[in-house]
Amino acid sequence: MASITLDHIAHAYPGPIVAPKQYALKPISHVWRQGRAYALLGPSGCGKTTLLNIISGLVIPSEGRLLFDDRDVTNVSTEKRNIAQVFQFPVIYDTMTVAENLAFPLKNRRMDRSSIERRVREIAHLLDLQTVLNRRARGLTADAKQKISLGRGLVRSDVSAVLFDEPLTVIDPALKWELRSKLKAVHQALDMLMIYVTHDQVEALTFADEVVVMKDGAVLQIGTPADLFERPAHSFVGYFIGSPGMNFLPAIVSGRTGTVDTVVFDLARAYQTPAPGKRVELGFRPDYAAILPTGGLPVRILRVEDLGRRRLARVALGAHEAIATLPPEVDLAPGESAGLHVPPEHLHVFVDELRIEGRAT
Amino acid sequence: MMDKPWSNRAWFLVIPVLVVVLFSSLLPMMTVVNYSVQDTMGQNSFFWNGVGWFQNLLDPTSDMGGRFASALVRNLIFSLVVLMIELPLGIAVAICIPRHGWKVGATLVLIALPLLIPWTVVGTIWEIFARQDIGLFGAALNGIGIHYNDTEDATSAWATIVIMDVWHWTGMIALLSYAGLKAIPDAFYQAARIDGASRWSVFRNIELPKLQKVLVIAVLLRFMESFMIYTEPSVVTGGGPGEATSFLSLDLVKIALGQVDLGNAAAMSIVYYLITLTICWIFFTVMTQLDQRKGV
Repeated sequence: MASITLDHIAHAYPGPIVAPKQYALKPISHVWRQGRAYALLGPSGCGKTTLLNIISGLVIPSEGRLLFDDRDVTNVSTEKRNIAQVFQFPVIYDTMTVAENLAFPLKNRRMDRSSIERRVREIAHLLDLQTVLNRRARGLTADAKQKISLGRGLVRSDVSAVLFDEPLTVIDPALKWELRSKLKAVHQALDMLMIYVTHDQVEALTFADEVVVMKDGAVLQIGTPADLFERPAHSFVGYFIGSPGMNFLPAIVSGRTGTVDTVVFDLARAYQTPAPGKRVELGFRPDYAAILPTGGLPVRILRVEDLGRRRLARVALGAHEAIATLPPEVDLAPGESAGLHVPPEHLHVFVDELRIEGRAT
Repeated sequence: MMDKPWSNRAWFLVIPVLVVVLFSSLLPMMTVVNYSVQDTMGQNSFFWNGVGWFQNLLDPTSDMGGRFASALVRNLIFSLVVLMIELPLGIAVAICIPRHGWKVGATLVLIALPLLIPWTVVGTIWEIFARQDIGLFGAALNGIGIHYNDTEDATSAWATIVIMDVWHWTGMIALLSYAGLKAIPDAFYQAARIDGASRWSVFRNIELPKLQKVLVIAVLLRFMESFMIYTEPSVVTGGGPGEATSFLSLDLVKIALGQVDLGNAAAMSIVYYLITLTICWIFFTVMTQLDQRKGV
């Protein structure tokens, strides 16, 4: 039972810091709570692995404090931290059998033999490894090896947290889905704090209760998958989450209207006119915008993409382009004029990339 | 199959290789085989002796047989001793070599230095180093009261040859092992830390298994070289005192060039060659089979 607190944690790899962008991880404060599943989501090099390694102790942060419950562990070694971590590529001990691999973290902590055996059997059952328990680990396939790595991460019941660093990278796409739902089930069964690093939004959104979106060493938003989708705090979150990402159109916002070139959008809330010189954008998701033959805002169809389950239209709106959903009953060809319908509650205003809330009246 | 074009002209392209192999290996070898089945009374006249030399050589009760058997045993012990010292020592050195920074280059150059010295020079260095009057090693040992004389005392001579070989070749095992260690991804060490493994356990369960392939090569190279050692002991001890450090090569040269006993020398050459080949083959087969069986 533990929560993990990041208290103004920041990290820069060796060398003098002269500009804030040299931080591999910019200052962050957050509390990870027991029993929850978190995902760290962001493009490669955004600092998510650094943050993970700080929690596990493989990297000592250059600033801030790390607390497990109330204990300051900032400078405590990995071995004494009671944390489990699974790496991107399978790490197995070649000389040992699968069962010995799973038992290794427990044996090193001098657990008694019968408890080890019971625990190994439990984990093997969770991960479907019973049939290979007595085989040598080195002869197995990559995904079986990664299951062993996962098993070694999960085998200790007393850990403060289990950290996953893109654990499904080497796994076959078909098995990925299976392993992911298995992990989710394991999380529910074991009630552990789990932190999962990935650059794949589907993985993050299906696995986690809360997702931390990172970019360039900074945390942009922490929220539930629904939060990230419905109310992205940063235009990068809007763009990165969702497939395809959010549309952004440069606009002039005043009161309850947003004007893109000459086209006027009605907004659900009233906004103060942002200071001049700031970049103001209107954002909306393709999923909530519909293209109909009549009404709405005047657009011209550029291209229609049939994704099987749904169709998307790329349209020209003045000098700008946007993507919207083409409902099944509508039949429009490229070059035709049509109407764009965006419900006002799904229109967001971003000022210098940050989403701002309007007033209700 | 039948309509595949067939051209014998391709054989012409193989001829240069065949000629080179003929003159570099086959003909010299056949000369040795030729001597091994003939005897001579001098004046360049030879007559057929069948397997007589071989019978003599492989019978330990005969003069030549006894001499060969004791040189063989001496040489096997020598190979075993240097392997048992150099292998663990080389791995230990490799583990201690720094992994990052300017120290890496400096250390590697220092370790590789003995490997770059010509073998006769290595022998000369140690011959002088071991002398009791002016040699640092010999004089120092006698100075602190340890009786040491590599020209009169068999134990001293053996110690000198073994230490010299360790000095000369441990670096090669260290360099090979270092290359093997560098190939282990960081994640293995990190995972071991997370799993709470001890330093010994990391060595036993991660480093040693990952080094296995490199070590097979290292052991093979070291065995062959130490089993055929000639230059260094011939300079340092000349095979003495008595026969104490007369390894197979030294003995062979004595018989062939010292006594001009061509029949015995030729038979010994062939048996020597076959022994080396067999041991290496057995060793290699066992190691690779072991490797494959573990994979199941």
